[in-house]
Amino acid sequence: MTWTRKDLLGLEELSKEELEIILSTAESFKEVSTREIKKVPALRGKTVVNLFYEPSTRTRVSFEVAAKRLSADVINIATETSSVKKGETLIDTGKNIQALKADIIVMRHNYSGAAAMLARHLDISMVNAGDGWHEHPTQALLDIFTLKEKLGRISGLKVSIVGDIAHSRVARSNIWGLAKLGAQVTVCAPAMLIPPAIEEMGARVTTDIDEALKNADAVNVLRMQFERDEKAAFPTQLEYFKNFGITRERLAKAKKEIVVMHPGPINRGIEMSSEVADGANSVILEQVTNGIAVRMAVLFLVAQARENAVGSS
Amino acid sequence: MKILIKSGRIVDPQNNLDEVCDILVENSRISKVARNIRNGADETIDATDKIVLPGIVDMHVHLREPGREDKETIASGTLAALAGGVTSLLAMPNTSPAMDSPENIQLLKNIIKNSAKADVFIAGAITRAREGKELAEIGRLRRAGAIAITDDGASVDADKLMLEALKRAKAEKLAVICHSEDKKLSAGGAVNLGLTSTRLGLRGISKESEYKRIERDINLAQRAQASIHIAHVSCKESVEIISRAKKKGIRVTCETAPHYFSLSEEAVAGFDTNAKMNPPLRAKIDVGAVKAGLKDGTIDAIASDHAPHTENEKEIEFERAEFGVIGLETELAVAITELVQTGILDWNSLVEKISLNPARILGLKKGTLSVGQDADIIVVSPEKEWVVKKEELLSKSKNSPFLGRTLKGVVEYTLCNGKVAYKK
Repeated sequence: MTWTRKDLLGLEELSKEELEIILSTAESFKEVSTREIKKVPALRGKTVVNLFYEPSTRTRVSFEVAAKRLSADVINIATETSSVKKGETLIDTGKNIQALKADIIVMRHNYSGAAAMLARHLDISMVNAGDGWHEHPTQALLDIFTLKEKLGRISGLKVSIVGDIAHSRVARSNIWGLAKLGAQVTVCAPAMLIPPAIEEMGARVTTDIDEALKNADAVNVLRMQFERDEKAAFPTQLEYFKNFGITRERLAKAKKEIVVMHPGPINRGIEMSSEVADGANSVILEQVTNGIAVRMAVLFLVAQARENAVGSS
Repeated sequence: MKILIKSGRIVDPQNNLDEVCDILVENSRISKVARNIRNGADETIDATDKIVLPGIVDMHVHLREPGREDKETIASGTLAALAGGVTSLLAMPNTSPAMDSPENIQLLKNIIKNSAKADVFIAGAITRAREGKELAEIGRLRRAGAIAITDDGASVDADKLMLEALKRAKAEKLAVICHSEDKKLSAGGAVNLGLTSTRLGLRGISKESEYKRIERDINLAQRAQASIHIAHVSCKESVEIISRAKKKGIRVTCETAPHYFSLSEEAVAGFDTNAKMNPPLRAKIDVGAVKAGLKDGTIDAIASDHAPHTENEKEIEFERAEFGVIGLETELAVAITELVQTGILDWNSLVEKISLNPARILGLKKGTLSVGQDADIIVVSPEKEWVVKKEELLSKSKNSPFLGRTLKGVVEYTLCNGKVAYKK
């Protein structure tokens, strides 16, 4: 099987085989970042536009580094949402970027479905770098890549995702990806942060953190955002930490080799204690490193698929 | 001018008629329905192998004029109506300005007089500016020409105000149409609450926001001893509540729209804004319940809820896109394809849902093929297939969830008030 998609919009629509292609491509790209000259010419002459409608440092920088290590030219566009409401439509912005003869748009957008909508109107490649609460495919891919690197497999693993599941694109992409690769996913959060029918996406649900950690091979801890519109019903930060925070005491009851992940940036003392964040089970910085390899793989694959499609038509 | 429609299968539930015969139209009215009419007609329409029905009475249409002529006008909307077999329609009052005063209704009547190609009836607003704060002058709206009142697009939140509106409408013999939605429960939602909202990462619109408000509206109607009509029923619980109320003898009627019996929430996958409407497409179990409600008579009517929007308002981020879909040109074919071809409704019951019952609910002398009646007649090829194409739609807006779909049932002729107003 070969990769034929010119876009990466989410993990829901990908097959197991497609996920495996990305992971194995990422494996081969990981080595590039260890070289003295950290560059390959795979995307030389290609232009990647990072179009970010939401403030983001780590994802944007990760994509930028990935594109540069593939020798692509990178343009960063950061736009405040408010100006979009008044000004140019998303489709017009996209078509303008296409008219500049860019090859790939990497887009972060605060509205769910924005990447899918724009991709329908463009011929160039679209990589979703997070859309609303919908999906954040490259984050889930780097989480899965890191897990596989640590534990040697995905199939059969028990992975718990803890935190604001309802508003999390990271959770959704992880659930799709992990379930397709044969892992058993549990989500754990205060009841109000578990969206309806999440079981039908293939996840088990618990509101008990100890249960989520018990027998888990890995725990992926999501960033909590307390400044949401449903704030009134939210637990306080302290209450959240007491009930759901990952601490050394809680980990002591889990598997000894449990892998602790976090997409960052961490709220120390809210989602997890510093001891855990910096502890032996944490792979948080390895996730950052692997993010580059995964994003190199995605940029490379979508660019190649588009070239093949153009070449054959 | 005499028009003879020959040898069609005539379906007219009002007169218990379902047989092949002829209809003679003379000077805007039906003058004879019989076999082998021999009369020197000026024009003869051969309806052999075709079905001849009363023109559709669509009781839920947004024509957007005055105010949003870029979306639709009385002229374009009624042209689309005729192409879909609709000869009478009720124009919703959420125009700009809203139809909340006799002056505004007079303005609308003038536009209708000058540009309508089908019969357009007017719904007035229940409250001023449809804000739900202060009742409109309901009696004056009727005298100006409104035949029903509704704040469609919004529900009157205050019980007391709604109760008073029902009482006044009863005194004025005006139909009251309820957009039953508790916005406190649905605010911010874009799709059905459940697996779809979770999968897509969108806020959901719960079924409770619909059926709890229907429950309240029915209770108020009971208290006012008035009749009430519930618009766009979309879910199982709503059908059940209305069915129970009917059994108790409460005078409640309701309608559903073609998308609620033909599409489930899965049509929204991929963030298709042409599948975004309010109430939203629901789960498969709800689609089944709506079909069952049509079959058992709980749901009285089918109306399009034709809601045109420009591409600029639809081809944007899903949550920002307007709610609503067009439906005038597809409603008959969707109903034939999904209800008649599948055996859920026979032709007789279909005509009740699309013509006769809406006319009765609104108190209109329409929806039948009786002698002396306005000659609103459609001739349909029931088995002929067609594909819904953007470029062939006559509505100014193209936001149909059925684009690309193959449907059965082609409107060949539409006669409106005795004239061939549309010909395929």
